[in-house]
Amino acid sequence: MTMIKKSASEMADALANGETTSVALTQAHLDRIAEVDKDVHAFLYVDTEGALAQAALADKKRAAGEKLSPLAGIPLALKDVMVQKGIPTTCGSKMLEGWRPPYDSTVVSKLRAADVVILGKTNMDEFAMGSSTENSAYGPTHNPWDLSRIPGGSGGGSSASLAAFEAPLAIGTDTGGSIRQPAAVTGTVGVKPTYGGVSRYGLVAFSSSLDQAGPCGRTVLDTALLHETIAGHDPKDSTSINAPVPAIVAAAKNGNVKGLKIGVIKELQGEGYQTGVLNRFNESLELLAGLGAEIVEVSCSYFEYALAAYYLIAPSECSSNLARFDAMRYGIRVGDASGVSAEEVMNLTREVGFGREVKRRIILGTYALSSGYYDAYYGSAQKVRTLIKQDFDNAFTKVDVLVSPTAPTTAFKIGEKADDPIAMYLNDIATIPVNMAGICGMSLPSGLADEDNLPAGFQIMAPAMKDDRLYNVGAALETALLSKWGAPILSHVSGLGARA
Amino acid sequence: MSLKYEDVIEKYEPVLGLEVHVELGTASKMFCGCNTIFGAEPNTQTCPVCLGLPGALPVVNEKAIEYTIMIGLALNCSIAPFSRFARKNYFYPDMPKNFQTSQYDEPICVNGFLDVEIDTDEGIKKFRVEIERVHMEEDTGKSLHMGGATGRIHGADYSLLDYNRAGIPLVEIVTKIVPGTGKYAPEVARAYVAELRDILRSLNVSDVKMEQGSLRCDANVSLRLIGSDVLGTRSETKNVNSLRSVERAVRGEMIRHAELLNKGERVVQETRHFQEDTGLTRSGRSKEQAEDYRYFPEPDLVPIVPDAIWIETLRAALPEKPSTHRKRLQEAWAVPDKEMASMINADVLEIVEETVNLGADPTKARGWWLGEIARIANEKEVAATDLPITPKDVAEIVALVATGALTDKLARQVIEAVIAGEGRPSEVIEKRGIKVVSDDGALMVAIEKAISAQPDVAEKVRGGNVPAAGALIGAVMKETKGQADAAKVRELLLKHLGQ
Amino acid sequence: MAGISRDDVANLARLARIDMAPAELDHLASELGVILNAVARVQEVAGQDVPPTSHPLPLQNVYRKDEVIQSLTPEAALSAAPASEGQRFKVPKILGEEA
Repeated sequence: MTMIKKSASEMADALANGETTSVALTQAHLDRIAEVDKDVHAFLYVDTEGALAQAALADKKRAAGEKLSPLAGIPLALKDVMVQKGIPTTCGSKMLEGWRPPYDSTVVSKLRAADVVILGKTNMDEFAMGSSTENSAYGPTHNPWDLSRIPGGSGGGSSASLAAFEAPLAIGTDTGGSIRQPAAVTGTVGVKPTYGGVSRYGLVAFSSSLDQAGPCGRTVLDTALLHETIAGHDPKDSTSINAPVPAIVAAAKNGNVKGLKIGVIKELQGEGYQTGVLNRFNESLELLAGLGAEIVEVSCSYFEYALAAYYLIAPSECSSNLARFDAMRYGIRVGDASGVSAEEVMNLTREVGFGREVKRRIILGTYALSSGYYDAYYGSAQKVRTLIKQDFDNAFTKVDVLVSPTAPTTAFKIGEKADDPIAMYLNDIATIPVNMAGICGMSLPSGLADEDNLPAGFQIMAPAMKDDRLYNVGAALETALLSKWGAPILSHVSGLGARA
Repeated sequence: MSLKYEDVIEKYEPVLGLEVHVELGTASKMFCGCNTIFGAEPNTQTCPVCLGLPGALPVVNEKAIEYTIMIGLALNCSIAPFSRFARKNYFYPDMPKNFQTSQYDEPICVNGFLDVEIDTDEGIKKFRVEIERVHMEEDTGKSLHMGGATGRIHGADYSLLDYNRAGIPLVEIVTKIVPGTGKYAPEVARAYVAELRDILRSLNVSDVKMEQGSLRCDANVSLRLIGSDVLGTRSETKNVNSLRSVERAVRGEMIRHAELLNKGERVVQETRHFQEDTGLTRSGRSKEQAEDYRYFPEPDLVPIVPDAIWIETLRAALPEKPSTHRKRLQEAWAVPDKEMASMINADVLEIVEETVNLGADPTKARGWWLGEIARIANEKEVAATDLPITPKDVAEIVALVATGALTDKLARQVIEAVIAGEGRPSEVIEKRGIKVVSDDGALMVAIEKAISAQPDVAEKVRGGNVPAAGALIGAVMKETKGQADAAKVRELLLKHLGQ
Repeated sequence: MAGISRDDVANLARLARIDMAPAELDHLASELGVILNAVARVQEVAGQDVPPTSHPLPLQNVYRKDEVIQSLTPEAALSAAPASEGQRFKVPKILGEEA
């Protein structure tokens, strides 16, 4: 029990000095999953055998004195949108029930090469569309802080697994905030790398020009170690950046903001933001100022259009990306009977196989791309994208990083916003601009909101390919907060209090 | 009773448009490393990318870009300084992603032209076919329709899909509308496709086999009243799988449109399928509602901004144009225009050239390919080039005739036998014991025999009726089983009968 | 954008190949109307002079060499097929002609 509460880097030290083995560590996490996941429902699939085999291999290599990666033998939870050969991959959709991919995603290949132990696949909003993980066809994930609340989305499973100590590391994907917003509401750390920084090969696409896989952890350093493990150029992804990965881990170990200029985005605070969330945000700013950073306010006037543009671009791309789910080559097939045509089977399968939010977005995207409406909707949204990029470019001429609260509120109750798509979409108001511009962003815990004692998130944004700045600022803030709190925020997790 | 072509062109002016799809001869597919071998076992050349598996991503084959630029340059196009791929969204089971990665408003090559020459009533005439665009896309898989009586899609119980072809690089070459061809529209269409095929072959970018589908033509035809500038409704004919079919399809559609228009009916804008057996087209199943392809820039691929040096290097390395090459051959061989046109029309120029390159006299080589061999090809309804006789065989035969070892008549026998599969010319001659009888003594025996069999004819010849000798010569040839040199027989016979 | 009719949604559902019950069409029509009114804001600032952004990063000319790499085995390719026959994917009869 004590071992699973450590950070990944502490676990790595324990493995390195022989305090424990990867098999023992993996078994401890599998036990924890068996104990708490019926309540949390972070996992859709647990690969007990595969994980123990990988762990045994890592132990064997260590015993043989092989040079190992920093995360060798450490368990990890993989978001179910990431393809892993032979392991069920559903993307939280009924459509892919039972599908076992015949190939590995590049992220999985890199994890394997680093001897990271993959525990299983985590729950998510269907095809990564959502902010609460309520849109999973396999039932919602519950927030370990309060099981009646959402863990954020779409990667609620990954973040919840960290907060519930079911895994020390997790992979998420972030199209409009799906790594950062769940991190914020679960009191964990999550990074959306620069677009093209981590390969998308094997990430089941939601919105190709916005999707980005990234690391999730309980500490900034753990997140950095995972980030460095999965980052780098991939010739299988045409949009992958062919340049060296910034010195992320070094930045996470540095954590020095003296003389740094930090810009507070005027448009991402105030109305609609929970008071307790803003209080924690402002406290964090004071801490950073106390560490020698210069805090300035900057304006990004086009950000108010970001949400609207996002809800045109993402559905448009998803309407095309999800067309391949047609019951012909893989996935479920509905209504196949004598005399029923392929077209009818496609229609029936897509009706049954997709959930409401996915269908809503496919129809919206189909509309936005259709002839006669393209210019007014998709075309205009692409122009807004240009304006948002310009806002960021201008801001980054004045400051090194930008900051905001990650999400306007703490975790809300399961079911609370299920019937109001627009209220749900507002969760991502502060995270979406980063995806629109292709830059990088981090969320780390800033404390518990006064009203509800639930975690609030602090977002840091840096220019494209300057991911190291996130870790530098994040590490500085994390250290300052930790000394203020006296203990990691996750020591307050109450939802599993009886057991933890 | 169908309308006569003459009546169609008296009243209407055809407007052509041609879309040609070419499968590029790259080793690997457009967006993945799968092999592109034709006829491989089903689904042995597929991977996550070309099967459209969730998560897979495309990466552009550089060679395909290079080939496309070469095609654009050979067709006098401008190469776009910036072009992009787009997604064309529609559902079809042979298309794994349910969108085709194609190019839309930003094609890689634009605004070219191709000149073709047609043998018209007023002699050889040049027509310019303007090229609107050359763009890249990917091919689809292949469907087998099972359980129906015809193997066709209609009436089938189910279908079987093979994705080996899915993702093979395709280039689509689209002409602008081609007006002003008048009654020669079918010939212009054919000549355009033939010329295009020759250019592609000379560039070595495709194997351009229409019968295997590596070159496919869609012919768009509409009619307008002569003197009117209002364009008619067009039909788009697919499945046109040979040069001859291109011509037949265009002519057939012109007649069909004219018949409808003459009856006061509308031509429906639709896709039609050419049927090789009847030469007619049938309507594709019309869709109740129009498709909307919802094109948008492919987010998984980045723009193509070709380097100017690359383009100029490719331009400098372009091979001689087929038209220039033909001009050179025509001069070297001293072939009249009409004869040249016949060779091109019969699609034997290349094989004649190969025969000449093996040492045959150009006139003789041409004579055989356009004469006896073409005749047999016609009988068998195949292309002369598809018969099992090679340029080497023909060159050998030409050489044997030149030395007097074969007569023209014997040579025809040898050609027939070679085509019938009896072996190479030397083997046929050996097996059949074919040889020219030129021994005077042997010929005189046969001549005497002919005279004694037809004394009355011999008398006529003696009396000065030389043409009557034909019957006797024929008898001698029959007696010698055609192996005698007829001129020699005539000479000996006339001399013997005092003429 | 006054609103989106049930027929509009039915046509979109046809293009997207999703069967929808009449009640679902009605529900979606009203929802989409609200969403479209909200997202139509993008038109306020999408001026003629603003270039569109389709890719977040300005990459160009990313190619692979024309080299053959190992394909999947046909067994792997067909492993997830709902039905297969003779090493091919088996699908119900197809109504539409190829596009």
